[in-house]
Amino acid sequence: MALYSEKVMDHFKNPRNVGIIENADGIGEVGNPVCGDIMKIYLKIDNGIIKDVKFETFGCGSAIASSSMATEMIKGKTVEEALLLTNKAVTEALDGLPAHKIHCSVLAEEAIKSAVKDYYDKNNVAYDNSIFKGLDNATACHRH
Amino acid sequence: MPAIIMKKGRYMKIYADNAATTKISKAALDTMIKVMEEKYGNPSSLYEIGQNAKNIIEEARETVAAALGASPREIIFTSGGSESDNQAIITAAAIGEKKGKKHIVSTAIEHHAVLHTLNKLKNKGFSITLLPVDNNGLIDLEELKNAITDDTCLVSVMFVNNEIGVIEPIEEIGKICREKGVLFHTDAVQATGHIKIDVGAMNIDMLSLSAHKFHGPKGIGALYFRKGIPLTAIIDGGAQERGKRAGTENVPAIAGMAVALKEATEALESNAEKTIAVRDYIIDGLNKIPYAELNGDRIKRAPSNINFCFEGIEGESLLLLLDDKGISASSGSACTSGSLDPSHVLLAIGRPHEVAHGSLRLSIDENLTKEEADYIIKSVKDTVEYLRNMSPLWRDLVTGKRKHIFEEY
Ligand SMILES: Cc1ncc(COP(=O)(O)O)c(C=O)c1O
Ligand SMILES: [Zn+2]
Repeated sequence: MALYSEKVMDHFKNPRNVGIIENADGIGEVGNPVCGDIMKIYLKIDNGIIKDVKFETFGCGSAIASSSMATEMIKGKTVEEALLLTNKAVTEALDGLPAHKIHCSVLAEEAIKSAVKDYYDKNNVAYDNSIFKGLDNATACHRH
Repeated sequence: MPAIIMKKGRYMKIYADNAATTKISKAALDTMIKVMEEKYGNPSSLYEIGQNAKNIIEEARETVAAALGASPREIIFTSGGSESDNQAIITAAAIGEKKGKKHIVSTAIEHHAVLHTLNKLKNKGFSITLLPVDNNGLIDLEELKNAITDDTCLVSVMFVNNEIGVIEPIEEIGKICREKGVLFHTDAVQATGHIKIDVGAMNIDMLSLSAHKFHGPKGIGALYFRKGIPLTAIIDGGAQERGKRAGTENVPAIAGMAVALKEATEALESNAEKTIAVRDYIIDGLNKIPYAELNGDRIKRAPSNINFCFEGIEGESLLLLLDDKGISASSGSACTSGSLDPSHVLLAIGRPHEVAHGSLRLSIDENLTKEEADYIIKSVKDTVEYLRNMSPLWRDLVTGKRKHIFEEY
């Protein structure tokens, strides 16, 4: 058996939505170089809908594949729907990840939340802080 | 597919992970099959079929001893490098404990087979000094001298490091240990069959080797122990290996190991010369990648080893893409090991975490052609560039938001 599922390898080798968005409406960056994973998400938002999304990732196969999959999953969705995306859903959409690789994919969920928070902050949208409470240590290594 | 992968030329399959394991030699394989078919007896049995198998083992013992400059009685067969390391250290600890000496000196860059065994001893009241290494991976002999005390029962320093290929000054270490009257063990798993070893001239008291690193079979190795050292058995049972290692001997593997070691030893110099030439060619090629640095001493280096850190990328993704191009390699990134920290060896030579995650080890052999070397250089260059282009860390380095760790060239 290979380390990764075919889906993971497909998204790793042919990542969707790689790149940046100039004048993005929301940008989120999580992770840190010391742990070996950084994920950055750029959102273009129109009328509360995610019109475009791009990512940049420094990280392993699992990190790149989950970034790619996560961006696919929120494209065209509302901002509120994007906030509901979980790491578990991304992992399932990838047909699973090896147990010791799950922590590399957590960043995708966090990067999206962080980008939405940035969008809210820039547009003075009021929100309940508890939605983003997981982000406080999103730049720390994920020692699970 | 990403453009650079599609643009690749002819498909090549290159095995460049010989420090992980090697392909078995044809002669070793043929010998093993023959031994399995014809010498299937139990070496402990007194009838002819058993004694034939026994003879195979004793011939192999002579071959292994000769390759090290040892005598056959100073060799026992084990299941490989890990077991030999464990047994050597446990032996020295038992001897030390009897004399009330419970201090061991080793290095920060040892294989886990050594480090984890030392850790166990630490929990049993031994004190362990792990010598640091310099930026090239070499220990300091003065520091070694100063670390040895009246309580020291063992110095264990690896001959060649498995990750960065650095060759430690074994002869000088042996001399110091002899002068101080301390046992000296070396993990020569990466050196045996590749670098000349003479246990007498180098004052080595115990040495670990493993067949699968020199084109022999996996799961077989040997421990050299100087005459007079009372080995502690770590596997108890029958009286095989003079009571120092119980269990019916793996006769085919022992025979295969001996054949592989003889071949490697006879061709040692010509193989080294060929391999070093290609190694240096690849190192020069990879040095042309900006913000990349070689890990490990440039000169005191195993013939097969090439190890680089690249800024802005992570090692596992580099390995997966190289695999896609037909190149098998290795990395010290946390994500390849399944742990959260990058290689302890790269950290010990002073690489910060962020670049240690972006390491690549290529370990070649004498059969690698210049054409294949060119393909490796081009593939690594293209893949590093591709990954940097999607790396937010690289973007920050390029835009000056974050400072480079390496010089550009
Ligand atoms: C330096 C070193 N020591 C010990 C070992 C363990 O050898 P084995 O796999 O034969 O147990 C290895 C191989 O990975 C090694 O490179
Ligand atoms: Zn990872």
